[in-house]
Amino acid sequence: MTILIMLVQIFILFCVVMLHVAYATYFERKIIGHMQVRLGPMRVGWHGLLQPIADGVKSFFKEDIIPENADRPSFLAAPIICLVAMMTSLAVLPFAKGWVLADINIGLLFIFAMSSLASYGVVLAGWASNSKFSFLGGMRSMAQVISYEIAMGLSLVGVMLMAGSLNLSEIVEAQGDSILGMYLVPQCLGFFVFFIAMLAETNRVPFDLPEAETELVSGYCTEYSGMRYAIFFMAEYIGMMVMASIGTICFLGGWHGPFAVPFFPPLWFILKIYLFMFLFIWIRATLPRYRYDQLMDLGWKLLIPLALANIVLTACVKALVG
Amino acid sequence: MTRPISQTLEVPVAEGSDNERYSLRMGPQHPATHGVLRVDLELDGETILECKPQVGYLHRGFEKLAENRTFAQNLILTDRLDYIAAMANNVGYCVAVERLLGLEASMRAKYIRTIVGEMSRLASHLLWLATHALDIGAMTVFLYCFREREILLDLFEELCGARLTFSYPRIGGVRQDVSRSFIDELQRFLDLFPEKIDEYETLIDTNRIWLKRTVGVGKITGEEALGLGLTGACLRGSGVDYDLRKHQPYDAYDQVEFEVPIGSDGDIYARYRCRMEEMHQSVRIIQQCIDQLPPGPIVGENAPELLMPLKAKPLVKAETSRWGSRIITMIKDRSLYPAGDVYVATEAPKGELGFYFSSDGGSRPYRMHIRSPSFIHISALGVIARGELIADLIANIGSLDVVLGESDR
Repeated sequence: MTILIMLVQIFILFCVVMLHVAYATYFERKIIGHMQVRLGPMRVGWHGLLQPIADGVKSFFKEDIIPENADRPSFLAAPIICLVAMMTSLAVLPFAKGWVLADINIGLLFIFAMSSLASYGVVLAGWASNSKFSFLGGMRSMAQVISYEIAMGLSLVGVMLMAGSLNLSEIVEAQGDSILGMYLVPQCLGFFVFFIAMLAETNRVPFDLPEAETELVSGYCTEYSGMRYAIFFMAEYIGMMVMASIGTICFLGGWHGPFAVPFFPPLWFILKIYLFMFLFIWIRATLPRYRYDQLMDLGWKLLIPLALANIVLTACVKALVG
Repeated sequence: MTRPISQTLEVPVAEGSDNERYSLRMGPQHPATHGVLRVDLELDGETILECKPQVGYLHRGFEKLAENRTFAQNLILTDRLDYIAAMANNVGYCVAVERLLGLEASMRAKYIRTIVGEMSRLASHLLWLATHALDIGAMTVFLYCFREREILLDLFEELCGARLTFSYPRIGGVRQDVSRSFIDELQRFLDLFPEKIDEYETLIDTNRIWLKRTVGVGKITGEEALGLGLTGACLRGSGVDYDLRKHQPYDAYDQVEFEVPIGSDGDIYARYRCRMEEMHQSVRIIQQCIDQLPPGPIVGENAPELLMPLKAKPLVKAETSRWGSRIITMIKDRSLYPAGDVYVATEAPKGELGFYFSSDGGSRPYRMHIRSPSFIHISALGVIARGELIADLIANIGSLDVVLGESDR
């Protein structure tokens, strides 16, 4: 019986997240459209509201091309690895008090593990396509994820030290008595590093090098088409949402808000996620793209030292005060 | 540190590297090659060991085609060279043919041609900025630039009915006079535009990422640039003061005041700054031309037969006596044309656009050669991009501002 309930919960979560992913693309196109003095999608439905559904249907019925020289098994597996790894992270996210599928003690580590796993999908896609543009995209992705994973992990160590736990629900609860009910103020350095690493981790502008369209055509997904291409997109958007959730949980006080919302406790959580999503999109509309070597410089020479300094600072303060 | 040109033709060997080299063929279908440029790359990782630009995918044989068409008919070919700034090509062609025929355009026509030439410079630079920024990843600038470019194209449409291929300037003058409303609209645009340039600059000029991607990248010294034959902003960005509008004034450029922006570093950022400053100067030039625009005929005294009749004929009559036939009959008159060679260059938005005519006294050029800046700039790509990364190559293509229609002719 518990398994059945669990399955129902998983199904509901899956549906809700997929809907959010679909409308995150709409949200992005609309916002970027208005930032760029144009309208964005307007044709399908009222103000283009049905556009994501039309896109989904379209990509589902498109021809699925697999290049002849591609390594077939890994070519087929790559998008699935991406999507599964990203979706698995959703299991440990607490959307509100008690609204979590698996309340495990190593939640934060689990998410790191899964987002690293997702980059295997990208690397594999680049490798299996047997195209030079894809290959370069895959290589870039590998280098990028390795460097920024470190910075991101280190930036969250400060939060772990303050909360004394890796369990995401406990991290949220621990923030209750700090300023504004958030770790944003005491961990501002950590948040800064986390935010930049988050952009890099999700391959967003200004770190969208693996799929830099003006350089590598479309990077690792150049050879993909139809639904497989859409799966990469879904994985990217779920990745954005997972990263936004971690930011919300670790720095913005999770589901806590200025006042409690009856009937629908995750409201604040969702609003904060969409704040992050808006920032993602805003940055995409504004910034140019980094170069590959400059990205490495930024990661290793600025973010990692800053994150380490943050750890030392947090530990010292905690040892002195607490 | 100047590399001799001969050295650039040798295939470099990756020093101390046992990495496998591989080749990558970028284009002709590639999002960032501005048309149908193909670049053959030899890479070590992402470092470019060798870069060979290949042109010719848009070759239409204009130079040969011109030999079978009269001087007046050839004008429409020039529209299709640098189709981003067709007016500037038209003006360049007309100035060249006038020099060959020993004609002089009327003063009013000269001013109008200066105005449209500068307008097309603005249109060209706006498209350059848009695509250059897009190549580097700043996508919003792209649409902002197109917003202003649209106003310019609307103005062109009001002026001559076309938005892309104008053929508005004619040998000895212009096709028709400017209207009052055109001048008013243009004035409104000029009042608005400098603010817009500042807007683009706030988006990218002080952006750290933009600076990182452009400062010190794609460097070329003044000497090298001269050796490679670069002109326009690519040469001025390297600190060489060379602008035909200033040094060999044609049309009304000797009547107006403007400065030639000169860079010093010769990198992508310097070229970027030069072109941004040129836009301000173009606005200045157009403003002065509007203020000084003299009254009078729009056709030179000894040139009217080369143009469309000044009075518009009713449509019914136009069918029976096509105006074209009159021109052609006049042009077949060999006595109109002197024999001889002439090379006349003008400052097109991309650089020095030169027309070389060899005339045997016939109504058609015996030989026409177009010195197109894009072709020469593309050839410089191989020198500039060596040793840099793929991402820099893209930035360099954008920065050299090439249009393949002009390069392949």
